[in-house]
Amino acid sequence: MNAEKQVTDNSYVRFENVQKSYDGEILVVKDLNLDIGKGEFVTMLGPSGSGKTTCLMMLAGFEPATHGEIFLNNRPINTVPPNKRGIGMVFQNYALFPHMTVAENLAFPLQVRGMNKSEQQDRVKRVLEMVELPQMGGRRPAQLSGGQQQRVAVARALVFEPDLVLMDEPLGALDKQLREQMQYEIKHIHENLGVTIVYVTHDQTEALTMSDRVAVFDDGVIQQLSAPDSLYENPQNSFVAQFIGENNKLNGTVEKVSGELCTVRTEDGSLIEAHKVNVDKAGDKTTLSLRPERVEIDPPKSMKNTIEGTIEELIYLGDHIRVRMSVAGNDDFIVKVRNRADRRPLEEKQKTRIGWASMDCKALDLVA
Amino acid sequence: MSDTALPNTNIAQPDRPLVTADGIPLKQKLARTTRTMKLRALLLTLPLVFFVFVAFVIPIGQMLHRAVHNPTVSEVAPNFAEAIQDWDADSGELPSEQIFEIFVQDLVTARQNREVGKTVGNLATRINYEIPGSRSLFTSTARKAGRIEQGPYKEALLEIDEDWGDIHLWRTLQRASNNYTLAFMLAAVDMQYDKDGDIVQANELYRIYIPILLKTIGLSALITFLCFLIAYPVSYLLSTLPLRTSNLLMILVLLPFWTSLLVRTSAWIAMLQTEGIINDIMVFLGVIGDDGRIQMIYNQTGTVISMVHILLPFMILPLYSVMKTIPPSYMRAARSMGATQTYAFFRVYFPQTTPGIAAGTLLVFILAIGYYITPALVGGSDGIFISNLIADHIKKTLNWSLGSALAAILLVVVMTLYWLYNRLVGVDKLKFG
Repeated sequence: MNAEKQVTDNSYVRFENVQKSYDGEILVVKDLNLDIGKGEFVTMLGPSGSGKTTCLMMLAGFEPATHGEIFLNNRPINTVPPNKRGIGMVFQNYALFPHMTVAENLAFPLQVRGMNKSEQQDRVKRVLEMVELPQMGGRRPAQLSGGQQQRVAVARALVFEPDLVLMDEPLGALDKQLREQMQYEIKHIHENLGVTIVYVTHDQTEALTMSDRVAVFDDGVIQQLSAPDSLYENPQNSFVAQFIGENNKLNGTVEKVSGELCTVRTEDGSLIEAHKVNVDKAGDKTTLSLRPERVEIDPPKSMKNTIEGTIEELIYLGDHIRVRMSVAGNDDFIVKVRNRADRRPLEEKQKTRIGWASMDCKALDLVA
Repeated sequence: MSDTALPNTNIAQPDRPLVTADGIPLKQKLARTTRTMKLRALLLTLPLVFFVFVAFVIPIGQMLHRAVHNPTVSEVAPNFAEAIQDWDADSGELPSEQIFEIFVQDLVTARQNREVGKTVGNLATRINYEIPGSRSLFTSTARKAGRIEQGPYKEALLEIDEDWGDIHLWRTLQRASNNYTLAFMLAAVDMQYDKDGDIVQANELYRIYIPILLKTIGLSALITFLCFLIAYPVSYLLSTLPLRTSNLLMILVLLPFWTSLLVRTSAWIAMLQTEGIINDIMVFLGVIGDDGRIQMIYNQTGTVISMVHILLPFMILPLYSVMKTIPPSYMRAARSMGATQTYAFFRVYFPQTTPGIAAGTLLVFILAIGYYITPALVGGSDGIFISNLIADHIKKTLNWSLGSALAAILLVVVMTLYWLYNRLVGVDKLKFG
């Protein structure tokens, strides 16, 4: 704890032992500790009810923390009302004021700050250009498309130049294509302005695309906080492995531990060597996690882990073929085969050898 | 999609209208296919249309008609009513001997008539509305007219009563002989015909309807405003509470609707009267002395208090339904942008509730302006509304024409206010629920 505090002295946002309960019976957020550096893009990712939005609301000041302290720029802000925190916020349904025009919406935070009229107009004009809607100032929010409303919402959160911007599932209401486009735009705005962004979403692609670091929430606890690549490649526990990306599970018992690796006997008796992540000693129950694209069909002889499986189903997806196999008692074992010209033709009910590198197979905590 | 694209024959040519596959113009075909649907919709509304017509359009039309239509003179004295039209009232001379003769004959005939609405009494009452105190002139003359055996009838009548020499009386009779008259409408706005037949304001002492109408409008506005003041926070609370609690509270708001209006109004009498609960409590607490009990009922105060209570739900319901649709994120957004709670409320929340405010105020005001039973019970003489006067004329004085005229004036006032309201607020912006 103390060691961590040393590091956090230059952190911009800090949650310290924060707990939150709405009804006095259930903790929605359990002992949260989180440091966010200045200029960082951190995403809180998790299923609904995992406490991520509650954390955001506590940071924004709309929900008081039941226990613990939140710091902004090394200043405790538990007693600071939301309007004094100077945090920009983009809401899930944008919350653009329907009775004001776009320009009036954008001028609102400037008006509140008592800025003079001409400077207000200047800023509004600039921010509208930034989100590429220079002609839309006179329109009402209801006259804009979903994507345009979204841009205005982002512009409104940025127009008063806050150092910290919170975004609560801002892309949830958009269709897929627009969502992807907006992901890049928000990312570019972040890079250009250097603001700190805390972003909440339940969409893992969004989290992986945009963030510097991702905090995976479940059950009121941060399960893992890391950069997108290590989140995907080195999940710290089964929940993260399941939640991020696709994942094959094999349950078994640890037979032997040797350094970074361990040997696991699966339920049907096969022996598999795996990367020891979340298990201690021989005899521990474990769930092995294996990414579908890391499995090879007809592995070279040199590969340590090879096992025989039966192809159950083939799904043609263009760039790759999804092969559902029955492996070591799991008949929902997915293998992704790249669609190359020289690939071997596969057929259903075929018995095939598959293999993978030991370090790609993670021995994690047991999932029932 | 398909390798062989079909040539599309249905694309509109610039000079040809769009047709269906079998060559019928598209518009015609569309009208034909939707005709049965439209017909069915019309049939479904038919019972309501019929009901509204019978129970609403006809009675109101009749009422409006009655305000300007009063055939008493032509029914009691039909021959005279026709003959008097030839007389030139501005000549300064009494009607001719012939007209007098017809008048006497009609009076004698009418005296024998017992049919309701066609007696001399009816005629006397009708003229009495315009020339107060003239009633006995007609009844006593009719009694004596039978004894006039021959002419000259003019002298004979003048002998019975010299008031028959008054041109004003004959002028009024001539005007009343016309079935259509403005007299009642004028009376409803405190005006009348003077001796020369010109329209003038009534004597200051007799001006009662305009003051009461103004008081009705003023009190209705006050009641509406008080309802708004009380209902706004209540609706806000209801809209922000969790559904279970807000439903329970909503039932409490609607509870008065389950009690008879009479019971509720009587309850206010028990509360507010000088020997009532509130006065008793204040005396008990020493706020006022036993001899200083406050008169809170049978005056304007009583009317306002009980009507605010009765009309409150009509303000709460539209406000609540509008507030319910305003997500809390608007206020949060405003707060996150630096607005204080108060500023955010007035700039962001309040403007969005205006459709509910508009609907609620319109509803309460229009209900209040025509309210009858509560002012009648708790208004005393000071706190009555124009509708109480209308009811008086319909039930007590039996001057239906004046009652109708007052109702027509009230209708015009409401329509005017509604029109004004539409100009200022816009009816399309209302939201009742």
